[in-house]
Amino acid sequence: MTAVPMVKAENVHKSFGSVEVLKGIDLEVAPREVFCLIGPSGSGKSTFLRCINHLEQVSGGRLSVDGQLVGYREKNGKLYELKDSEVALQRRDIGMVFQRFNLFPHMTALENVMEAPVQVKRESKAVARERAQRLLDRVGLADKAGNYPSQLSGGQQQRVAIARALAMEPKLMLFDEPTSALDPELVGDVLDVMRGLAEDGMTMIVVTHEMGFAREVGDSLVFMDEGVVVEAGNPRDVLTNPQHERTQSFLSKVL
Amino acid sequence: MTADVNKTDGPGGARGGGPEVIKAIPVRHPLRYVSALIALGTLVAIVYAFAQSDKINWGALPDYFFNDRILDGVVETMKLTILAMVIGVVLGVLLAVMRLSKNPVTSSIAWFYIWFFRGTPVLVQLFVWFNLGLVFEYVNLGPFYKDQWSDFMTPMLTALLGLGLNEAAYMAEICRAGLLSVDEGQTEASHALGMSHSKTLRRIVIPQSMRVIVPPTGNEVINMLKTTSLVSAVQYLDLFRVTQQIGERSTATVEMYFLAAAWYLVMTSILSVGQYYVERYYAKGSTRSLPPTPVQRLKAALIPSRNLSGGLR
Ligand SMILES: Nc1ncnc2c1ncn2[C@@H]1O[C@H](COP(=O)(O)OP(=O)(O)OP(=O)(O)O)[C@@H](O)[C@H]1O
Ligand SMILES: [Mg+2]
Repeated sequence: MTAVPMVKAENVHKSFGSVEVLKGIDLEVAPREVFCLIGPSGSGKSTFLRCINHLEQVSGGRLSVDGQLVGYREKNGKLYELKDSEVALQRRDIGMVFQRFNLFPHMTALENVMEAPVQVKRESKAVARERAQRLLDRVGLADKAGNYPSQLSGGQQQRVAIARALAMEPKLMLFDEPTSALDPELVGDVLDVMRGLAEDGMTMIVVTHEMGFAREVGDSLVFMDEGVVVEAGNPRDVLTNPQHERTQSFLSKVL
Repeated sequence: MTADVNKTDGPGGARGGGPEVIKAIPVRHPLRYVSALIALGTLVAIVYAFAQSDKINWGALPDYFFNDRILDGVVETMKLTILAMVIGVVLGVLLAVMRLSKNPVTSSIAWFYIWFFRGTPVLVQLFVWFNLGLVFEYVNLGPFYKDQWSDFMTPMLTALLGLGLNEAAYMAEICRAGLLSVDEGQTEASHALGMSHSKTLRRIVIPQSMRVIVPPTGNEVINMLKTTSLVSAVQYLDLFRVTQQIGERSTATVEMYFLAAAWYLVMTSILSVGQYYVERYYAKGSTRSLPPTPVQRLKAALIPSRNLSGGLR
Protein backbone atom coordinates (compact mmCIF):
# COMPACT_ATOMS: atom_id res chain seq x y z
CA MET A 1 0.00 0.00 0.00
CA THR A 2 2.96 2.31 -0.47
CA ALA A 3 2.03 5.69 -1.93
CA VAL A 4 3.52 6.89 -5.20
CA PRO A 5 7.02 8.15 -4.37
CA MET A 6 7.51 11.89 -4.92
CA VAL A 7 10.82 11.23 -6.63
CA LYS A 8 11.96 7.91 -8.01
CA ALA A 9 15.36 7.41 -9.62
CA GLU A 10 16.20 4.13 -11.28
CA ASN A 11 19.73 3.64 -12.56
CA VAL A 12 20.05 7.34 -13.50
CA HIS A 13 23.09 8.20 -15.58
CA LYS A 14 24.34 11.59 -16.69
CA SER A 15 27.35 12.36 -18.87
CA PHE A 16 28.83 15.64 -19.99
CA GLY A 17 30.50 14.70 -23.24
CA SER A 18 32.68 11.70 -22.42
CA VAL A 19 32.72 12.40 -18.67
CA GLU A 20 30.21 10.34 -16.74
CA VAL A 21 29.10 12.31 -13.68
CA LEU A 22 26.20 10.15 -12.47
CA LYS A 23 26.84 6.42 -12.72
CA GLY A 24 23.55 4.79 -11.88
CA ILE A 25 21.65 6.46 -9.06
CA ASP A 26 18.80 4.54 -7.41
CA LEU A 27 16.71 6.21 -4.76
CA GLU A 28 13.20 7.03 -3.67
CA VAL A 29 11.85 10.06 -1.88
CA ALA A 30 8.47 9.65 -0.20
CA PRO A 31 5.92 12.46 0.04
CA ARG A 32 6.46 14.75 3.07
CA GLU A 33 9.98 13.40 3.47
CA VAL A 34 13.05 15.55 4.12
CA PHE A 35 15.75 13.92 2.10
CA CYS A 36 19.35 15.01 2.66
CA LEU A 37 22.13 14.53 0.15
CA ILE A 38 25.77 14.80 1.22
CA GLY A 39 29.05 14.06 -0.45
CA PRO A 40 32.40 15.52 -1.45
CA SER A 41 32.74 18.29 -4.02
CA GLY A 42 32.31 17.06 -7.58
CA SER A 43 30.43 13.93 -6.56
CA GLY A 44 27.43 14.91 -8.68
CA LYS A 45 24.97 16.18 -6.04
CA SER A 46 24.06 19.38 -7.91
CA THR A 47 23.87 17.53 -11.20
CA PHE A 48 21.40 15.03 -9.77
CA LEU A 49 19.29 17.81 -8.27
CA ARG A 50 19.25 19.68 -11.60
CA CYS A 51 18.14 16.51 -13.39
CA ILE A 52 15.04 16.38 -11.19
CA ASN A 53 13.67 19.62 -12.68
CA HIS A 54 15.22 19.00 -16.07
CA LEU A 55 17.77 21.80 -15.96
CA GLU A 56 19.98 18.92 -17.07
CA GLN A 57 18.74 16.08 -19.22
CA VAL A 58 19.43 12.58 -17.90
CA SER A 59 21.34 10.42 -20.36
CA GLY A 60 20.28 7.03 -19.04
CA GLY A 61 17.85 5.36 -16.66
CA ARG A 62 14.54 6.70 -15.44
CA LEU A 63 13.70 9.61 -13.25
CA SER A 64 10.15 10.43 -12.29
CA VAL A 65 8.47 13.00 -10.09
CA ASP A 66 5.09 12.12 -8.58
CA GLY A 67 4.77 9.23 -11.01
CA GLN A 68 5.53 11.34 -14.09
CA LEU A 69 8.68 10.80 -16.13
CA VAL A 70 10.85 13.96 -16.14
CA GLY A 71 11.41 15.41 -19.59
CA TYR A 72 9.97 12.46 -21.53
CA ARG A 73 6.72 10.82 -22.42
CA GLU A 74 6.48 7.07 -22.83
CA LYS A 75 4.28 5.68 -25.55
CA ASN A 76 4.24 2.12 -26.86
CA GLY A 77 7.53 1.40 -25.15
CA LYS A 78 9.26 4.36 -26.80
CA LEU A 79 10.44 7.56 -25.17
CA TYR A 80 9.55 10.92 -26.70
CA GLU A 81 11.22 14.14 -25.63
CA LEU A 82 8.81 16.69 -24.20
CA LYS A 83 8.36 20.09 -25.80
CA ASP A 84 9.72 23.12 -23.96
CA SER A 85 6.23 24.17 -22.92
CA GLU A 86 5.54 20.73 -21.42
CA VAL A 87 8.83 20.81 -19.52
CA ALA A 88 7.87 24.24 -18.18
CA LEU A 89 4.57 22.78 -17.01
CA GLN A 90 6.40 20.06 -15.06
CA ARG A 91 8.73 22.58 -13.45
CA ARG A 92 5.87 24.64 -12.01
CA ASP A 93 5.38 22.08 -9.27
CA ILE A 94 9.05 21.87 -8.31
CA GLY A 95 10.65 24.73 -6.41
CA MET A 96 14.40 25.22 -6.48
CA VAL A 97 16.69 27.21 -4.23
CA PHE A 98 20.22 27.89 -5.45
CA GLN A 99 23.50 28.23 -3.63
CA ARG A 100 23.96 31.72 -5.08
CA PHE A 101 20.32 32.84 -4.61
CA ASN A 102 19.82 33.98 -8.23
CA LEU A 103 17.22 36.57 -7.28
CA PHE A 104 16.17 38.87 -10.12
CA PRO A 105 18.22 42.01 -9.37
CA HIS A 106 15.97 44.40 -11.30
CA MET A 107 12.94 43.57 -9.16
CA THR A 108 12.17 44.25 -5.52
CA ALA A 109 11.80 41.38 -3.07
CA LEU A 110 8.03 41.56 -3.46
CA GLU A 111 8.21 41.63 -7.26
CA ASN A 112 10.58 38.65 -7.22
CA VAL A 113 8.01 36.62 -5.31
CA MET A 114 5.08 37.82 -7.45
CA GLU A 115 6.75 37.26 -10.81
CA ALA A 116 6.11 33.57 -11.47
CA PRO A 117 2.48 33.38 -10.29
CA VAL A 118 1.59 36.40 -12.44
CA GLN A 119 3.58 35.38 -15.51
CA VAL A 120 3.18 31.60 -15.40
CA LYS A 121 -0.17 31.04 -13.72
CA ARG A 122 -1.67 34.29 -15.02
CA GLU A 123 -2.79 35.12 -11.53
CA SER A 124 -4.11 38.63 -10.89
CA LYS A 125 -1.58 41.04 -9.39
CA ALA A 126 -3.72 41.64 -6.33
CA VAL A 127 -3.90 37.95 -5.47
CA ALA A 128 -0.20 37.43 -6.17
CA ARG A 129 0.78 40.46 -4.10
CA GLU A 130 -1.29 39.31 -1.19
CA ARG A 131 0.32 35.88 -1.22
CA ALA A 132 3.81 37.35 -1.73
CA GLN A 133 3.36 39.53 1.31
CA ARG A 134 2.22 36.56 3.35
CA LEU A 135 5.25 34.52 2.21
CA LEU A 136 7.70 37.31 2.95
CA ASP A 137 6.14 37.57 6.37
CA ARG A 138 6.60 33.83 6.83
CA VAL A 139 10.33 34.04 6.08
CA GLY A 140 10.61 37.02 8.43
CA LEU A 141 11.07 39.74 5.82
CA ALA A 142 7.73 41.55 5.76
CA ASP A 143 9.50 44.88 6.22
CA LYS A 144 11.92 44.30 3.32
CA ALA A 145 9.31 43.85 0.58
CA GLY A 146 10.35 47.02 -1.24
CA ASN A 147 14.09 46.35 -1.17
CA TYR A 148 16.08 45.35 -4.22
CA PRO A 149 18.29 42.26 -3.80
CA SER A 150 21.41 44.45 -3.71
CA GLN A 151 19.95 46.09 -0.61
CA LEU A 152 19.58 42.78 1.26
CA SER A 153 22.09 40.63 3.13
CA GLY A 154 22.92 37.16 1.81
CA GLY A 155 20.71 35.46 4.36
CA GLN A 156 17.82 37.78 3.55
CA GLN A 157 18.28 37.18 -0.17
CA GLN A 158 18.18 33.43 0.33
CA ARG A 159 14.98 33.70 2.35
CA VAL A 160 13.40 35.79 -0.42
CA ALA A 161 14.50 33.09 -2.86
CA ILE A 162 12.72 30.48 -0.74
CA ALA A 163 9.58 32.62 -0.69
CA ARG A 164 9.83 33.03 -4.46
CA ALA A 165 9.92 29.27 -4.95
CA LEU A 166 7.03 28.74 -2.51
CA ALA A 167 4.88 31.24 -4.38
CA MET A 168 4.26 28.62 -7.06
CA GLU A 169 2.89 26.30 -4.36
CA PRO A 170 5.23 23.45 -5.31
CA LYS A 171 4.82 19.87 -4.16
CA LEU A 172 8.57 19.37 -4.03
CA MET A 173 11.38 21.72 -3.03
CA LEU A 174 15.01 21.28 -4.10
CA PHE A 175 17.74 23.01 -2.09
CA ASP A 176 21.27 23.10 -3.51
CA GLU A 177 23.58 24.04 -0.65
CA PRO A 178 21.31 26.93 0.37
CA THR A 179 23.60 28.10 3.17
CA SER A 180 27.06 27.54 1.67
CA ALA A 181 27.43 31.11 0.41
CA LEU A 182 26.37 32.66 3.71
CA ASP A 183 28.31 34.09 6.62
CA PRO A 184 28.03 31.71 9.60
CA GLU A 185 25.82 34.03 11.64
CA LEU A 186 23.25 34.20 8.81
CA VAL A 187 22.94 30.43 8.31
CA GLY A 188 20.59 29.97 11.25
CA ASP A 189 17.81 32.18 9.85
CA VAL A 190 17.69 30.23 6.61
CA LEU A 191 17.77 26.86 8.34
CA ASP A 192 14.93 28.01 10.61
CA VAL A 193 12.78 28.76 7.58
CA MET A 194 13.59 25.33 6.13
CA ARG A 195 12.81 23.65 9.42
CA GLY A 196 9.41 25.37 9.42
CA LEU A 197 8.75 24.12 5.91
CA ALA A 198 9.61 20.56 6.96
CA GLU A 199 7.21 20.79 9.89
CA ASP A 200 4.46 21.86 7.49
CA GLY A 201 4.99 18.64 5.57
CA MET A 202 6.81 19.91 2.46
CA THR A 203 8.73 17.27 0.53
CA MET A 204 12.30 18.49 0.38
CA ILE A 205 15.56 17.30 -1.13
CA VAL A 206 18.42 19.15 0.50
CA VAL A 207 22.03 19.08 -0.63
CA THR A 208 23.89 20.36 2.38
CA HIS A 209 27.03 20.41 4.46
CA GLU A 210 25.01 21.27 7.57
CA MET A 211 25.20 17.91 9.35
CA GLY A 212 23.33 19.33 12.35
CA PHE A 213 20.35 20.18 10.15
CA ALA A 214 20.46 16.75 8.49
CA ARG A 215 20.50 15.01 11.83
CA GLU A 216 17.67 17.03 13.38
CA VAL A 217 15.34 17.59 10.46
CA GLY A 218 16.25 14.90 7.91
CA ASP A 219 14.14 11.78 7.52
CA SER A 220 16.71 10.03 5.37
CA LEU A 221 20.20 10.72 4.18
CA VAL A 222 22.26 9.61 1.23
CA PHE A 223 26.01 9.83 0.93
CA MET A 224 27.14 10.19 -2.68
CA ASP A 225 30.64 9.87 -4.07
CA GLU A 226 31.89 9.87 -7.65
CA GLY A 227 28.43 9.61 -9.12
CA VAL A 228 27.11 6.70 -7.08
CA VAL A 229 25.13 6.32 -3.87
CA VAL A 230 27.58 4.89 -1.35
CA GLU A 231 25.42 4.72 1.72
CA ALA A 232 21.82 5.52 2.60
CA GLY A 233 19.71 5.39 5.69
CA ASN A 234 18.44 7.25 8.69
CA PRO A 235 20.57 10.41 9.18
CA ARG A 236 21.22 9.71 12.83
CA ASP A 237 22.48 6.20 12.04
CA VAL A 238 24.59 7.16 9.06
CA LEU A 239 26.15 10.19 10.72
CA THR A 240 26.97 8.50 14.01
CA ASN A 241 27.76 5.02 12.75
CA PRO A 242 28.77 5.07 9.07
CA GLN A 243 29.17 1.60 7.60
CA HIS A 244 31.17 2.35 4.53
CA GLU A 245 34.83 3.34 4.65
CA ARG A 246 34.37 6.26 2.18
CA THR A 247 31.54 7.66 4.30
CA GLN A 248 33.72 7.38 7.38
CA SER A 249 36.62 9.27 5.85
CA PHE A 250 34.30 12.01 4.45
CA LEU A 251 32.53 12.49 7.77
CA SER A 252 35.78 12.57 9.69
CA LYS A 253 36.80 15.51 7.54
CA VAL A 254 33.60 17.57 7.81
CA LEU A 255 32.44 16.88 11.34
CA MET B 1 32.86 65.07 4.83
CA THR B 2 29.97 67.18 6.06
CA ALA B 3 29.92 69.53 8.97
CA ASP B 4 27.15 71.40 10.66
CA VAL B 5 28.11 75.04 10.24
CA ASN B 6 26.42 76.24 13.36
CA LYS B 7 28.36 73.89 15.50
CA THR B 8 31.86 74.19 14.12
CA ASP B 9 32.66 77.82 14.83
CA GLY B 10 35.17 77.38 17.56
CA PRO B 11 38.53 75.71 17.10
CA GLY B 12 38.47 72.09 18.08
CA GLY B 13 35.08 71.49 16.53
CA ALA B 14 32.54 69.61 18.55
CA ARG B 15 30.42 71.26 21.15
CA GLY B 16 27.72 69.86 23.33
CA GLY B 17 29.11 66.33 23.44
CA GLY B 18 28.72 65.50 19.72
CA PRO B 19 31.44 63.61 17.86
CA GLU B 20 34.49 65.69 17.03
CA VAL B 21 34.31 67.02 13.47
CA ILE B 22 37.49 66.77 11.43
CA LYS B 23 38.72 70.11 10.11
CA ALA B 24 41.52 69.63 7.63
CA ILE B 25 42.92 71.74 4.80
CA PRO B 26 41.96 69.98 1.56
CA VAL B 27 44.64 68.90 -0.92
CA ARG B 28 45.41 71.72 -3.41
CA HIS B 29 45.51 71.03 -7.14
CA PRO B 30 47.54 73.84 -8.76
CA LEU B 31 47.97 71.92 -12.04
CA ARG B 32 44.24 72.01 -12.67
CA TYR B 33 44.28 75.81 -12.81
CA VAL B 34 47.30 75.88 -15.12
CA SER B 35 45.82 73.41 -17.56
CA ALA B 36 42.48 75.22 -17.52
CA LEU B 37 44.24 78.48 -18.40
CA ILE B 38 46.11 76.88 -21.29
CA ALA B 39 42.94 75.32 -22.69
CA LEU B 40 41.01 78.58 -22.40
CA GLY B 41 43.79 80.54 -24.10
CA THR B 42 43.88 78.09 -27.02
CA LEU B 43 40.12 78.32 -27.45
CA VAL B 44 40.18 82.14 -27.48
CA ALA B 45 42.93 82.10 -30.12
CA ILE B 46 40.95 79.75 -32.39
CA VAL B 47 37.72 81.73 -32.05
CA TYR B 48 39.59 84.97 -32.73
CA ALA B 49 41.22 83.54 -35.87
CA PHE B 50 37.81 82.72 -37.32
CA ALA B 51 36.04 85.83 -36.08
CA GLN B 52 38.49 88.37 -37.49
CA SER B 53 38.44 86.78 -40.98
CA ASP B 54 36.60 89.07 -43.41
CA LYS B 55 36.14 86.16 -45.85
CA ILE B 56 33.38 84.69 -43.73
CA ASN B 57 30.12 86.56 -43.47
CA TRP B 58 29.11 85.69 -39.92
CA GLY B 59 25.95 87.71 -40.25
CA ALA B 60 24.51 85.00 -42.51
CA LEU B 61 24.36 82.53 -39.60
CA PRO B 62 21.75 84.28 -37.44
CA ASP B 63 19.88 85.26 -40.62
CA TYR B 64 19.44 81.69 -41.70
CA PHE B 65 19.48 79.84 -38.37
CA PHE B 66 15.68 79.71 -38.08
CA ASN B 67 14.99 79.86 -41.79
CA ASP B 68 11.91 77.76 -42.68
CA ARG B 69 13.76 75.48 -45.07
CA ILE B 70 16.54 74.90 -42.55
CA LEU B 71 13.98 74.04 -39.89
CA ASP B 72 12.31 71.63 -42.32
CA GLY B 73 15.71 70.02 -42.86
CA VAL B 74 16.22 69.72 -39.10
CA VAL B 75 12.84 68.01 -38.76
CA GLU B 76 13.64 65.63 -41.64
CA THR B 77 16.99 64.73 -40.11
CA MET B 78 15.38 64.01 -36.75
CA LYS B 79 12.59 62.01 -38.36
CA LEU B 80 15.09 59.93 -40.28
CA THR B 81 17.25 59.36 -37.20
CA ILE B 82 14.31 58.17 -35.12
CA LEU B 83 12.78 55.92 -37.79
CA ALA B 84 16.09 54.39 -38.84
CA MET B 85 16.98 53.70 -35.20
CA VAL B 86 13.58 52.10 -34.56
CA ILE B 87 14.15 49.78 -37.51
CA GLY B 88 17.69 49.14 -36.32
CA VAL B 89 16.77 48.36 -32.72
CA VAL B 90 13.76 46.14 -33.47
CA LEU B 91 15.56 44.19 -36.17
CA GLY B 92 18.76 44.17 -34.10
CA VAL B 93 17.10 42.57 -31.05
CA LEU B 94 15.50 40.01 -33.34
CA LEU B 95 18.83 39.22 -35.01
CA ALA B 96 20.61 38.94 -31.65
CA VAL B 97 18.04 36.47 -30.37
CA MET B 98 18.25 34.52 -33.66
CA ARG B 99 22.03 34.52 -33.46
CA LEU B 100 21.93 33.02 -29.95
CA SER B 101 19.20 30.48 -30.70
CA LYS B 102 19.86 26.75 -30.64
CA ASN B 103 18.36 26.41 -34.10
CA PRO B 104 21.28 26.30 -36.58
CA VAL B 105 19.16 27.67 -39.46
CA THR B 106 18.10 30.87 -37.70
CA SER B 107 21.51 31.49 -36.20
CA SER B 108 23.16 31.10 -39.64
CA ILE B 109 20.69 33.52 -41.22
CA ALA B 110 21.49 36.08 -38.54
CA TRP B 111 25.21 35.50 -38.96
CA PHE B 112 24.98 36.00 -42.72
CA TYR B 113 22.91 39.19 -42.37
CA ILE B 114 25.40 40.72 -39.95
CA TRP B 115 28.33 39.65 -42.11
CA PHE B 116 26.85 41.32 -45.17
CA PHE B 117 25.51 44.58 -43.76
CA ARG B 118 28.45 45.23 -41.48
CA GLY B 119 30.91 44.40 -44.19
CA THR B 120 29.82 46.99 -46.74
CA PRO B 121 29.79 50.82 -46.47
CA VAL B 122 26.45 52.53 -45.78
CA LEU B 123 26.94 54.94 -48.65
CA VAL B 124 27.36 52.03 -51.06
CA GLN B 125 24.25 50.36 -49.63
CA LEU B 126 22.27 53.57 -50.09
CA PHE B 127 23.26 53.76 -53.77
CA VAL B 128 22.44 50.08 -54.27
CA TRP B 129 18.92 50.55 -52.87
CA PHE B 130 18.50 53.67 -54.97
CA ASN B 131 19.52 51.91 -58.18
CA LEU B 132 17.91 48.51 -57.69
CA GLY B 133 15.42 49.64 -60.35
CA LEU B 134 17.96 48.43 -62.88
CA VAL B 135 17.37 44.87 -61.68
CA PHE B 136 13.72 45.01 -60.68
CA GLU B 137 11.65 47.05 -63.07
CA TYR B 138 8.43 46.57 -61.15
CA VAL B 139 7.41 45.94 -57.59
CA ASN B 140 4.72 43.32 -57.83
CA LEU B 141 2.97 41.99 -54.75
CA GLY B 142 0.24 40.14 -56.62
CA PRO B 143 -3.19 41.69 -56.19
CA PHE B 144 -2.12 44.04 -53.39
CA TYR B 145 0.42 46.33 -54.93
CA LYS B 146 2.08 46.91 -58.26
CA ASP B 147 4.20 49.87 -59.24
CA GLN B 148 7.32 50.90 -61.05
CA TRP B 149 10.44 50.55 -58.94
CA SER B 150 11.38 54.21 -59.31
CA ASP B 151 7.97 55.31 -57.98
CA PHE B 152 8.10 52.77 -55.17
CA MET B 153 11.63 53.47 -54.02
CA THR B 154 11.23 57.08 -52.89
CA PRO B 155 14.20 58.91 -51.37
CA MET B 156 12.55 58.42 -47.99
CA LEU B 157 12.29 54.65 -48.37
CA THR B 158 15.80 54.42 -49.80
CA ALA B 159 17.16 56.35 -46.86
CA LEU B 160 15.24 54.32 -44.28
CA LEU B 161 16.21 50.96 -45.76
CA GLY B 162 19.81 51.95 -46.25
CA LEU B 163 20.29 53.38 -42.77
CA GLY B 164 17.95 51.07 -40.84
CA LEU B 165 19.10 47.74 -42.24
CA ASN B 166 22.73 48.71 -41.79
CA GLU B 167 22.10 49.84 -38.23
CA ALA B 168 20.37 46.55 -37.41
CA ALA B 169 23.63 44.69 -37.98
CA TYR B 170 25.45 46.86 -35.44
CA MET B 171 22.56 46.79 -32.97
CA ALA B 172 22.48 42.99 -33.24
CA GLU B 173 26.06 42.79 -32.03
CA ILE B 174 25.40 45.26 -29.21
CA CYS B 175 22.30 43.34 -28.11
CA ARG B 176 24.08 40.00 -28.32
CA ALA B 177 26.81 41.25 -26.00
CA GLY B 178 24.08 42.54 -23.67
CA LEU B 179 22.17 39.26 -23.60
CA LEU B 180 25.37 37.31 -22.97
CA SER B 181 26.27 39.61 -20.07
CA VAL B 182 23.34 38.35 -17.99
CA ASP B 183 24.34 35.61 -15.54
CA GLU B 184 23.22 32.12 -16.54
CA GLY B 185 21.82 31.60 -13.05
CA GLN B 186 19.09 34.12 -13.94
CA THR B 187 17.87 31.99 -16.83
CA GLU B 188 18.03 28.87 -14.67
CA ALA B 189 16.10 30.46 -11.82
CA SER B 190 13.45 31.65 -14.26
CA HIS B 191 13.16 28.26 -15.95
CA ALA B 192 13.02 26.55 -12.58
CA LEU B 193 9.95 28.65 -11.77
CA GLY B 194 8.25 27.29 -14.88
CA MET B 195 8.72 30.36 -17.08
CA SER B 196 8.99 29.72 -20.82
CA HIS B 197 11.95 30.68 -23.00
CA SER B 198 10.25 33.76 -24.37
CA LYS B 199 8.96 34.93 -20.99
CA THR B 200 12.42 34.44 -19.52
CA LEU B 201 13.88 36.51 -22.32
CA ARG B 202 11.29 39.28 -22.06
CA ARG B 203 10.91 39.56 -18.31
CA ILE B 204 14.30 38.53 -16.94
CA VAL B 205 17.13 38.61 -19.48
CA ILE B 206 16.35 41.61 -21.69
CA PRO B 207 15.63 44.05 -18.82
CA GLN B 208 18.95 43.14 -17.21
CA SER B 209 20.87 43.33 -20.46
CA MET B 210 19.65 46.92 -20.92
CA ARG B 211 22.35 48.22 -18.62
CA VAL B 212 24.93 46.89 -21.08
CA ILE B 213 22.92 47.70 -24.21
CA VAL B 214 21.83 51.29 -23.52
CA PRO B 215 25.17 53.16 -23.37
CA PRO B 216 26.45 51.94 -26.77
CA THR B 217 22.95 52.40 -28.22
CA GLY B 218 23.06 56.04 -27.15
CA ASN B 219 26.28 56.35 -29.09
CA GLU B 220 24.60 54.68 -32.06
CA VAL B 221 21.77 57.24 -32.00
CA ILE B 222 24.24 60.11 -31.99
CA ASN B 223 26.20 58.41 -34.75
CA MET B 224 23.02 57.85 -36.74
CA LEU B 225 22.09 61.51 -36.48
CA LYS B 226 25.35 62.41 -38.15
CA THR B 227 25.28 59.52 -40.63
CA THR B 228 21.91 60.70 -41.94
CA SER B 229 23.85 63.45 -43.72
CA LEU B 230 24.86 60.77 -46.24
CA VAL B 231 21.31 60.55 -47.57
CA SER B 232 21.77 63.88 -49.29
CA ALA B 233 23.52 61.72 -51.89
CA VAL B 234 20.24 59.98 -52.76
CA GLN B 235 18.17 63.15 -53.16
CA TYR B 236 16.78 63.22 -49.64
CA LEU B 237 16.17 66.77 -48.38
CA ASP B 238 17.73 66.50 -44.94
CA LEU B 239 19.42 69.28 -42.99
CA PHE B 240 22.72 68.85 -44.78
CA ARG B 241 21.26 68.90 -48.29
CA VAL B 242 19.14 71.95 -47.50
CA THR B 243 22.13 73.89 -46.21
CA GLN B 244 24.10 72.82 -49.27
CA GLN B 245 21.36 74.06 -51.60
CA ILE B 246 21.02 77.39 -49.82
CA GLY B 247 24.79 77.78 -49.74
CA GLU B 248 25.19 77.19 -53.46
CA ARG B 249 22.53 79.74 -54.37
CA SER B 250 23.43 82.48 -51.92
CA THR B 251 27.24 82.34 -52.21
CA ALA B 252 27.36 81.74 -48.48
CA THR B 253 28.64 78.18 -48.99
CA VAL B 254 31.07 77.96 -46.08
CA GLU B 255 28.75 79.85 -43.75
CA MET B 256 26.03 77.30 -44.39
CA TYR B 257 28.40 74.46 -43.50
CA PHE B 258 29.06 76.19 -40.20
CA LEU B 259 25.35 76.55 -39.72
CA ALA B 260 24.80 72.84 -40.40
CA ALA B 261 27.56 71.97 -37.94
CA ALA B 262 25.95 74.18 -35.30
CA TRP B 263 22.57 72.53 -35.77
CA TYR B 264 24.06 69.02 -35.59
CA LEU B 265 25.84 70.03 -32.37
CA VAL B 266 22.60 71.30 -30.86
CA MET B 267 20.83 68.05 -31.68
CA THR B 268 23.62 65.74 -30.48
CA SER B 269 23.87 67.73 -27.24
CA ILE B 270 20.19 67.25 -26.56
CA LEU B 271 20.55 63.53 -27.26
CA SER B 272 23.50 63.26 -24.86
CA VAL B 273 21.40 64.67 -22.03
CA GLY B 274 18.62 62.21 -22.85
CA GLN B 275 21.14 59.37 -22.88
CA TYR B 276 22.29 60.27 -19.36
CA TYR B 277 18.81 59.94 -17.93
CA VAL B 278 17.97 56.72 -19.80
CA GLU B 279 21.17 55.11 -18.53
CA ARG B 280 20.28 56.16 -15.01
CA TYR B 281 16.87 54.58 -15.35
CA TYR B 282 18.30 51.22 -16.36
CA ALA B 283 20.90 51.24 -13.57
CA LYS B 284 17.95 50.59 -11.24
CA GLY B 285 18.66 47.75 -8.82
CA SER B 286 22.30 47.41 -9.82
CA THR B 287 23.59 49.89 -7.30
CA ARG B 288 22.41 50.47 -3.77
CA SER B 289 21.56 54.11 -4.34
CA LEU B 290 21.81 56.31 -7.41
CA PRO B 291 24.06 59.39 -7.32
CA PRO B 292 22.21 62.72 -7.70
CA THR B 293 21.71 64.07 -11.22
CA PRO B 294 23.52 67.31 -12.17
CA VAL B 295 20.20 69.16 -11.82
CA GLN B 296 19.70 67.76 -8.33
CA ARG B 297 23.26 68.68 -7.44
CA LEU B 298 22.77 72.21 -8.72
CA LYS B 299 19.59 72.57 -6.69
CA ALA B 300 21.34 71.26 -3.62
CA ALA B 301 24.12 73.79 -4.14
CA LEU B 302 21.82 76.76 -4.76
CA ILE B 303 19.19 76.13 -2.15
CA PRO B 304 20.87 76.64 1.20
CA SER B 305 20.60 73.70 3.52
CA ARG B 306 22.04 73.04 6.92
CA ASN B 307 24.73 70.77 5.55
CA LEU B 308 27.60 72.56 3.85
CA SER B 309 30.67 70.94 2.44
CA GLY B 310 33.39 71.03 5.06
CA GLY B 311 36.09 72.26 2.70
CA LEU B 312 34.14 75.29 1.53
CA ARG B 313 34.83 77.57 4.43
N1 LIG C 1 27.75 21.60 -17.57
C1 LIG C 1 28.79 20.80 -17.27
N2 LIG C 1 29.66 20.42 -18.22
C2 LIG C 1 30.69 19.59 -17.93
N3 LIG C 1 30.94 19.10 -16.71
C3 LIG C 1 30.10 19.41 -15.72
C4 LIG C 1 28.99 20.29 -15.94
N4 LIG C 1 28.33 20.43 -14.76
C5 LIG C 1 29.01 19.70 -13.86
N5 LIG C 1 30.08 19.08 -14.42
C6 LIG C 1 31.01 18.19 -13.74
O1 LIG C 1 30.28 17.21 -13.07
C7 LIG C 1 30.89 16.86 -11.84
C8 LIG C 1 29.86 16.93 -10.74
O2 LIG C 1 29.46 18.27 -10.56
P1 LIG C 1 28.39 18.70 -9.49
O3 LIG C 1 28.22 20.17 -9.61
O4 LIG C 1 27.19 17.89 -9.64
O5 LIG C 1 29.12 18.34 -8.14
P2 LIG C 1 28.65 18.63 -6.67
O6 LIG C 1 28.58 17.32 -5.98
O7 LIG C 1 27.45 19.48 -6.66
O8 LIG C 1 29.88 19.42 -6.07
P3 LIG C 1 29.91 20.71 -5.11
O9 LIG C 1 29.78 20.18 -3.72
O10 LIG C 1 31.26 21.27 -5.35
O11 LIG C 1 28.80 21.60 -5.52
C9 LIG C 1 32.06 17.82 -11.65
O12 LIG C 1 33.24 17.12 -11.92
C10 LIG C 1 31.82 18.89 -12.66
O13 LIG C 1 33.04 19.35 -13.17
MG1 LIG D 1 27.00 21.53 -6.16
